Amino acid sequence: MPRKTLAEFKIEYLQVLDENGQVDRDLEPDLADDQLLRLYRGMVRARELDQRMLKLQRQGRIGTFGPCTGQEAPSTAAALAMGDDDWFVGAFRELGGRLMRGEPLTGTLYFHNGWEEGNRLAPEVSRRMLPFTIIVASQCLHAAGLGFAAKRRGQGEAVVCFMGDGATSEGDFHEGLNFAGVWKAPVVFVSQNNQWAISVPREKQTSSRTIAQKGIAYDMPCLQVDGNDALACYVAVKEALDRARRGEGPSFIEAVTYRLLMHTTADDPRKYRTEAQEQIWWQKEPLIRFQAYLTGKGLWDEAKEEALRAELRAEVDAAVQEFEAQAPWPADLPFDHVFAEKHPSIERQHQEFLASLKEEADA
Amino acid sequence: MPKLTMVQAINLALRQEMARDERVLVMGEDVGVDGGVFRVTDGLHEEFGEDRALDTPLAESGILGAAIGMAIAGLRPVAEMQFSGFSYLMVGQWEGNATRMRSRTQGQHTCPLVVRMPYGGGVRALEHHSESRESMYATFPGGKVVIPSGPRNARALMVASIRDEDPVIFMEPKHSYRSFREEVPEEPEVMPIGKAVVERAGSDLTVVAWGAMMRPTLKAVDEVAADGVSLEVIDLLTISPLDSDTICESVKKTGRCVIVQEAPRSFGVASEIIARLNDDALLYLEAPVKRLTGYDVVTPYFGREKSYIPPVSRIVNGLRETLAF
Repeated sequence: MPRKTLAEFKIEYLQVLDENGQVDRDLEPDLADDQLLRLYRGMVRARELDQRMLKLQRQGRIGTFGPCTGQEAPSTAAALAMGDDDWFVGAFRELGGRLMRGEPLTGTLYFHNGWEEGNRLAPEVSRRMLPFTIIVASQCLHAAGLGFAAKRRGQGEAVVCFMGDGATSEGDFHEGLNFAGVWKAPVVFVSQNNQWAISVPREKQTSSRTIAQKGIAYDMPCLQVDGNDALACYVAVKEALDRARRGEGPSFIEAVTYRLLMHTTADDPRKYRTEAQEQIWWQKEPLIRFQAYLTGKGLWDEAKEEALRAELRAEVDAAVQEFEAQAPWPADLPFDHVFAEKHPSIERQHQEFLASLKEEADA
Repeated sequence: MPKLTMVQAINLALRQEMARDERVLVMGEDVGVDGGVFRVTDGLHEEFGEDRALDTPLAESGILGAAIGMAIAGLRPVAEMQFSGFSYLMVGQWEGNATRMRSRTQGQHTCPLVVRMPYGGGVRALEHHSESRESMYATFPGGKVVIPSGPRNARALMVASIRDEDPVIFMEPKHSYRSFREEVPEEPEVMPIGKAVVERAGSDLTVVAWGAMMRPTLKAVDEVAADGVSLEVIDLLTISPLDSDTICESVKKTGRCVIVQEAPRSFGVASEIIARLNDDALLYLEAPVKRLTGYDVVTPYFGREKSYIPPVSRIVNGLRETLAF
């Protein structure tokens, strides 16, 4: 008996806006001018804060953080495509999306200066956004669970979950996609393939020809997009969200981008890659091409760019001022949030800690 | 009152809580159609449907991770680890997320969920099916660890665990699953988490035990009490947060203490209890606190497990030694 082909698969690649800002009219999403401007502003806002944080870190004014420069497009575009009731589940390089979802600029400053208060957001923001996930890929399962609950509620809510390229080697990534697949949960998984997991390059991370194809095993639509093309990212996430809301289950998107800076400020990329390699990707970064696109549409010019940059720098200045003027929060906050109710044995340690603080202050 | 096994009693708690609160669901490997390999979730699939008695893929981290998402979204998942020996794959989600979400977000997102897992030896099971690792789970702040010892308290503590606002590891002593029955009232009973129970009052010696060790401990206590001594027995019920007040108050009264633990001796719950006695009751002690425990060896296969788990004879001797000190 001849062997039969049971299934065949292909991976599509989507780019709408090329590296020079030339748009493919057939693929261009139907976004109103104010939406396009909002998307650009969101990306620039993340870039401005990111660059300021780099300076603050070098001056010892905040702790270690992982810059997002060059990776603004996927999460910002996703946030634009999402509804207010959709869940935003991030890893730790989605600053653009977080800000677009309403996280204040000060949140990330507090978080990266060692204060849990940075995770405490206005209720209308936190209600559909999870905090930073440092344990790589663990959030993929939370997204599956959130998706299960959303499906059960039946209100058309969906989940967008981000992870990096390295995360797709983790068991939790595969378990998350598998659970979401089995449950036909309304989840859009987005891998920001920035091509580096600290020092390990993409080709050492996996023998898969694309990251996108990893979703095929879980029978979900998979797509690779130019992750520095905000329009392609928007189109991909929007399509996937529409499918999710129609009850067609999860999707997986690989957004190919590049980590232009270090993994975190504690990392030195010169140990494992050259400046020349980085330069190639500085030519492809997402802001320049989007600006060219807006200019081509008659929506942007140098004066507008200058005005936007000045406005956002002033906003960042104000946030940094607010952050630095903040008096230290109560040292004993962790004791208030061990459990919903206090337990006597932990409460005794709490009192012991307060007494020790007083001794420290008196000494 | 009907006399139920622990399996039936936990099943009763799950069924009543699922009927009372539609947010509650059970999930895990084989918990749906099959009703669980020990039948703890028997009948729930028929009664509540596949969306509330979920057969999940075979992935322990996946089960807990997804339960975390569900709990954050307002559901009350009761997840089963088929055996505690398979639960280590979920420890990353437990330590990294379930126990921290409240603190991480100052209460904006929380994980009210239960992870059930049968633990302990004595049922002639294969490798990885007989360990007692409650002390490991007790080391993670932000999570609770509950171990019932009989059908009635298992039911009442399961109800409390499901209603708790924080993540609870609910360890079920599988040696006690069907080995005895107790009267369990039909109307719901709730016992507080974080509170030990004085099972028997006495004045000469305090014995602390939990889980499957309660039965042999009570047998040993009966035997030694026949010598004309008065023994107080404490059933811990909650491992973490530990109710040290009940233990210390008892030992201040009796001056002597023996702790019976199925798990290996070192770095265990018994060690922690001794540290708490050291803090709060040292000057009341008339004898060294004794640990009667498993040994610091890899849990043996069932061919030789019997004498590794503290038998009644070892407990009897330990009690007499401490009384005679």
